[in-house]
Amino acid sequence: MEKWWDSVRSSGTLILMNKRFIIKLLLFLAVVGLLITPIYFLTKNIEQQNISTGFHFLSQEAGFELSESIVDYNSFMSYGRALWAGVINTLYVAIIGNTLALVLGVLLGVFSLSKNFLLSKFCYLYLNFFRNIPLLLQLFFWYGIFTDVMPAVKRATPFMGIIFSNRGINYPWFSHPGAIAVILSSIAVSFCLVYLVKQWAQKTSLRLKIAPLIFLFLLVEIAQIELILRFFPLEYPAVRGFNVSGGSSLSPELISLLLGLVLYTGAFIGEIVRAGILAVDNGQWEAAYALGMTKIQTLKKIILPQSFRVALPPMTAQFLNLTKNSSLAVAIGYPDFVSVANTTMNQTGQAVELVLLIMVLYLVTSLSVSSVANMINSKILGVAKR
Amino acid sequence: MRRGLDHKLVHWGKRNLFPNIAQSMISILMLIIGCGLLYLIMNWFLINAVWKGDSSACREASGACLSFIREKYLYILFGVYPREHLWRPIVGLILWIIFWFHFTKKKNWNKSLLLKFPTLFFIYYFLLSGGWGLSPVENHLWGGLPLTILLSTVGILVSYPLGILLALGRRSKSKLLSYPVVCYIELIRGVPLISILFMSSVMLPLFLPNDLNIDKLFRAQVAIILFSAAYFAEVVRGGLQSLPPGQEEAAKALGLNYLQTQMYVILPQALVQVIPPTVNTMIGMFKDTSLVIVIALFDLMGTAKSSLTDASWLGFSIEAYIFVALIYFIICFFMGRFSQQVEYEFKLSKERS
Repeated sequence: MEKWWDSVRSSGTLILMNKRFIIKLLLFLAVVGLLITPIYFLTKNIEQQNISTGFHFLSQEAGFELSESIVDYNSFMSYGRALWAGVINTLYVAIIGNTLALVLGVLLGVFSLSKNFLLSKFCYLYLNFFRNIPLLLQLFFWYGIFTDVMPAVKRATPFMGIIFSNRGINYPWFSHPGAIAVILSSIAVSFCLVYLVKQWAQKTSLRLKIAPLIFLFLLVEIAQIELILRFFPLEYPAVRGFNVSGGSSLSPELISLLLGLVLYTGAFIGEIVRAGILAVDNGQWEAAYALGMTKIQTLKKIILPQSFRVALPPMTAQFLNLTKNSSLAVAIGYPDFVSVANTTMNQTGQAVELVLLIMVLYLVTSLSVSSVANMINSKILGVAKR
Repeated sequence: MRRGLDHKLVHWGKRNLFPNIAQSMISILMLIIGCGLLYLIMNWFLINAVWKGDSSACREASGACLSFIREKYLYILFGVYPREHLWRPIVGLILWIIFWFHFTKKKNWNKSLLLKFPTLFFIYYFLLSGGWGLSPVENHLWGGLPLTILLSTVGILVSYPLGILLALGRRSKSKLLSYPVVCYIELIRGVPLISILFMSSVMLPLFLPNDLNIDKLFRAQVAIILFSAAYFAEVVRGGLQSLPPGQEEAAKALGLNYLQTQMYVILPQALVQVIPPTVNTMIGMFKDTSLVIVIALFDLMGTAKSSLTDASWLGFSIEAYIFVALIYFIICFFMGRFSQQVEYEFKLSKERS
C-alpha cells in the first residue's frame, strides 16, 4: 500500500515532507537546543549573581605569590602576568618531561626485548607496575618521600656537594649568571671541531676509527671543563640555619612532578616502542646480520627507524598526555597553568573566562604538537596520508 | 637425578645470563640492582617494620609502620560509611568480584551480560544507598573503594553507549550532525580531565536554573562521563573503520534501515573488534577516577590522603600510598590481563578461520 507521503514526495513539491530530512532536522534542533539552553541559563545566572564578564580582570593586581616561576613574577603584578608565568611553567615541565620520558621509554622498549633474561624481566615488571597505578597516586608518593622521608635541612648531609632534604635538592652551580651561555657555546664549538677533524680525515683518506675520535673529544672536553671552572668557579650549597644558601636548587614539587610524569609516561612509551619493534619483520634483522652489521648497528640503522613509523602516532598521543597530565601539579602545589588559573578563579570568580583560557591553551598545544607529528609522518617518514 | 637438575640449571644460566662478556656484565649489574632493591624492600617492609604499637614506636623504627595501616585500613577502604552498615559495601564488592570471575570466562560471553551488568549495578547502588527496608545512607557518607567502583561503573555504563552514539554521529554523512560531534570529541580530548572536573564543580551550577541544586558526587560523575565518552567514541570509531564497507552495503541491499544495519550488522562486529583498546580505556578511566580528590570527594585516593591528617599519626604517607597503590594495581592488572587474553583469543580464532 502506498503511504500518503510517498505521493507527496513523488510529486516533488514538498522536500520538507521527506522522512529522513525531518529526522535530521529534529536531531539538529536537539543538538542546538542542548547548546542554547545552558547558555540561556548562564546569561540569566550571571545577571542575577552580578558577575562581571570579560577579560578586564587580567590587568588587575594578582596579590598572590607563586612558589616558583621561570619568568619574573611577584604578587604586585597582574593576573595576566601570573597566568603567563603558569603557562611558562607548564611548558617547562612538558618539554623536560617529554624529553626524559622519550629516552626512558626507548631504553625500556629496547631492553624489554633483550635476550638477557634478567634485564627483560626487570623491564617487563617495570612496564606493568608503573602503568597500573594512577599517576596522581605516584605524584603523591614522590611528594610524600620528600615531605616525610627526607631529613630536615638541619640534619641533611651533603652527598658529593648535593644536599637532599625536605626542601628539595640543592646542587652546586655557577655563581656567575653568564656561565651557562659560555658553557653551551663552548660545547657547540667542540662539536664543530670534532666534525671538522672528521671531515678532514675523510678528505685526506685517513681512515680514522671511532675510538680515537671519542678520545679526542674527551680530551677537548676535559680541557674545556678545566678552563671553565677556573674562570667561573662552582658555588657549593651550604646549610645556614633553617635554610640552604648558595648553588642552585630544585623544589620538591618540581622534582616529584617530573619524576611521576616521566616514570609513568615512560612506561607507556616503552610499551609502544616494544610493540613498534615487534611490528618490524624478523627478516629485517636477519638481512642486516647477513650484511655483517652488529646488533647495535642493526637496531640503530634498520629496526628503530622502521618501528618509529608504527610508533609515532601513539607516541604523539603520549606526549600530549604528559602535557595534559602536568595539570595534576595542582594537587602537589606546583604552580602550573591550571593551578594558577584555579587560584585566579577562586579570587575573581571569573570561572567561564578562565576555563575558556585553559581550553584554548591546551587545544593550541595539542594542535601544534599533532600538526608537527603529522608533518614528520608525511615529510620525513614518507607515510602516505590516508 | 640431582646432577641432571644442576646441569640443566647451569646450562640455562649459561645460555640466558652469561653467554658472552657484555651479557654477563649486564646480568651482574642487574643482579646487584635487583638484590639491592630486594634488600631495601625486605628491610623496610619486613625486618624493621612495626606491626604493633602506636605512632611513637613507629617513629623510632626505621621500617614501615604497618600498625598505621592496621589502624586505618577500614577508613581507607570504606571512608566514613556508617560502621553498623559496613556489611553492605562489603557484599557489594564481593558481588563485583564474583561478576568479574563470571565475566572473564569465555563461555559466558553472550548477550545476557548486557542485562547482568546493569542489574548488578542497581543491586550495588541499592546496597550502598539503602531504601526499601534497608536504612538509607546519604551519599556524602560514601567513600573509599566502594565510591571508586561506583564512579567507574556508572562511568562505563553511561559513557560507553554515549561513546557509541558519538562515534556513529562522527561518521554520519550529514554535516549538521558530524561537525558538532567532531568538535565535541576533539575539544574534550584536547583538555585535561582536571579542568573538566573544575568546570563541572564551578561552572555546571552556572549553566543550570539556579534553583536546581545538584550534589558534588553527581557533578563529578557527569564530568567523568563527558570526558570518557569522547575517548570511547574514538575507540569505537576505530572499530567501525576497520569493517569493510561491503558489510554496510550488504545490509542495505537486504533492505535493513539505518538503525537495523547498525544494531544487527555493524556494531556487533565493530565493538568486538576493539575490545582490547576498550578495556584499556576502561583501565584509564578507573585510574582517572582518583582525580575527583581535587574537588574534595573521598574516593580511595581521597580517604588515603585524609587518613594522613590524623594528628596522632602524622608522617606515614608512604605506607598509606603503597597500600592504596597495591589495590589499584591489582584491579588494573587483572583488567589488563583480561584484555591480553581477549587479544590472544582473537588471534587464535583468526588463525583458525
